[in-house]
Amino acid sequence: MQIWNIASLTIHEGVRRNIVRLAIGMGILFLIVFGTGVHYIFLQFEDASFISSNEMEIASIALTIVGLYVINFLLILVSVLISVASISSEIDTHVIDTIVTKPISRWEIVLGKWLGFAIMITIYATFMAGGLIMISAFRTGYRLETIVPGVALMALNGILVMTISIAGGTRLSTLANGVVAFMLYGIAFIGTWVENIGSVFENEAAVNIGILSSLIVPAEAVWRKASISFEPRILGNPQFAGPITVFSEPSDLMMWYAVIYVVALLGWSLWSFSQRDL
Amino acid sequence: MTAIETKQLRKEYGTKTAVDDLTLEVEPGEVFGFLGPNGAGKTTSIKMLLNLVTPTSGNGRLLGQPLGDNEIRGKIGYLPEHFRFHTWLKAWEFLDFHGKMFRMEKSQRQDVIPKLLDLVGLKESTYAKLGTFSKGMTQRIGLAQALMNDPKLVFLDEPTSGLDPLGRKLVRDIIDGLRNEGTAVFLNSHLLSEIEQTCDRVAFIRSGVVLETNSMATLNQERLRVVLRVAKPSAELANDLASLGDYISADVDAPFNCETGQIIFHVDCEENIGSVARHLVENGHSIYELKPQRITLEERFLDVIQGEEE
Repeated sequence: MQIWNIASLTIHEGVRRNIVRLAIGMGILFLIVFGTGVHYIFLQFEDASFISSNEMEIASIALTIVGLYVINFLLILVSVLISVASISSEIDTHVIDTIVTKPISRWEIVLGKWLGFAIMITIYATFMAGGLIMISAFRTGYRLETIVPGVALMALNGILVMTISIAGGTRLSTLANGVVAFMLYGIAFIGTWVENIGSVFENEAAVNIGILSSLIVPAEAVWRKASISFEPRILGNPQFAGPITVFSEPSDLMMWYAVIYVVALLGWSLWSFSQRDL
Repeated sequence: MTAIETKQLRKEYGTKTAVDDLTLEVEPGEVFGFLGPNGAGKTTSIKMLLNLVTPTSGNGRLLGQPLGDNEIRGKIGYLPEHFRFHTWLKAWEFLDFHGKMFRMEKSQRQDVIPKLLDLVGLKESTYAKLGTFSKGMTQRIGLAQALMNDPKLVFLDEPTSGLDPLGRKLVRDIIDGLRNEGTAVFLNSHLLSEIEQTCDRVAFIRSGVVLETNSMATLNQERLRVVLRVAKPSAELANDLASLGDYISADVDAPFNCETGQIIFHVDCEENIGSVARHLVENGHSIYELKPQRITLEERFLDVIQGEEE
């Protein structure tokens, strides 16, 4: 019950401080820009007799996957930004002092905050990815292979980086925590590109660097799995997704690793906050 | 069952010792003042008692339970010194949230919140956001959250900072009310006059060590200083005074000031002043002035703290 009280306070804060409203508003703007662009591209396609249905399908897949890729990226940014100050700033300003001295365990406070953010991220991922998929399907007629597993993996991605930022917040200042969270994501990001390009040239060292970076932060591996889940044909096929084409599909084991990563890091956060002096 | 009981609580941060030896007891219904200069370890002491920081060694109990016990926190209220609250919450929402943290039922919260807002003078600001509150109003709402659970023990760390005289009187009245209900209050304040007016007992702390604990009644008894001014200060007068050993305590501050004709001495109780006057007049000394003076808590504080430094 105390966990839910903290979770609902976290969500309430998101609503009251306009974070949710702005995120939804900007998200709608994003979807409008995407929808308008897709509309005019397909308007031209429909008028042109030389565009085959196959080429139109390729364009549909490319636009949808790139759109989802950008949403995944934005989701990661938003997930870090909304949670990065949550614990550290409450420690700095002593807001936390009157809460931890109530009959509530410290781990319940961290878990409650995590739960509140996880709910918001999941809803936002569903809203953004769902909105884009619907717009794409409505205007292009293109249907993704599957939707739910991919959206769930995108939500997992947001939750994963949010968990990193929550964990950092139990020990680091807000700014230091933000730097660490973004840089860790940067490592995962560049590692994935190195792995992707390495796999094209069958360079084992580059592939291993990518695997190692995915072990440090499995965020990009989760996205690659999500994108293949949306459209299996993009695997190793640059004509569908251009530069974000996935050349090596992460294993199911890597997805389990990502889940265990979140659980373990969350467990460490609960322990870390319980141990520290305030 | 004591409200607070600590034995040799100690807190070290690396090589620095913030609190060396915190040993004290506070009884239920007692208002206990905690005095010390800046950096004496007052706030760290409170934080150890409330499990905000973990003691390096030593132990303690709050309301009979070991420090850090989760359940007992439901009977404790706390107003921190440096604090901010969720500025986006309205006063009602803020108290409602803290009521939930105290695991109070909804009906109970709805009953208590208007009463507390009224008590701290914020009834008109029930639906105002905390972000719009002045420092004094924030202090008042902080006090209200500390009282949400009808606590048996309240920690107030500088509760009157930021308050105007009316606000300070309000805090005093609230503390008096808590005492009458049998609630123990642990009060940390720089305003010694506030402590003097409110506390039953005080402890003086310096460098993380409790130097002295005394009841205000005892301090008041000890603190009667008498200024005597006579026409002709003389050795004979000094001898006469010395012969009154039963009435005059030994710690005469300034035996004689020949220029002003003043002698300052201490008596154990007010009744003894009459005896001293009678004795001096009967022995032919002309008394121009015989004035009892209460030593303020501030003077006592400086005596204790500076005395230890020397």
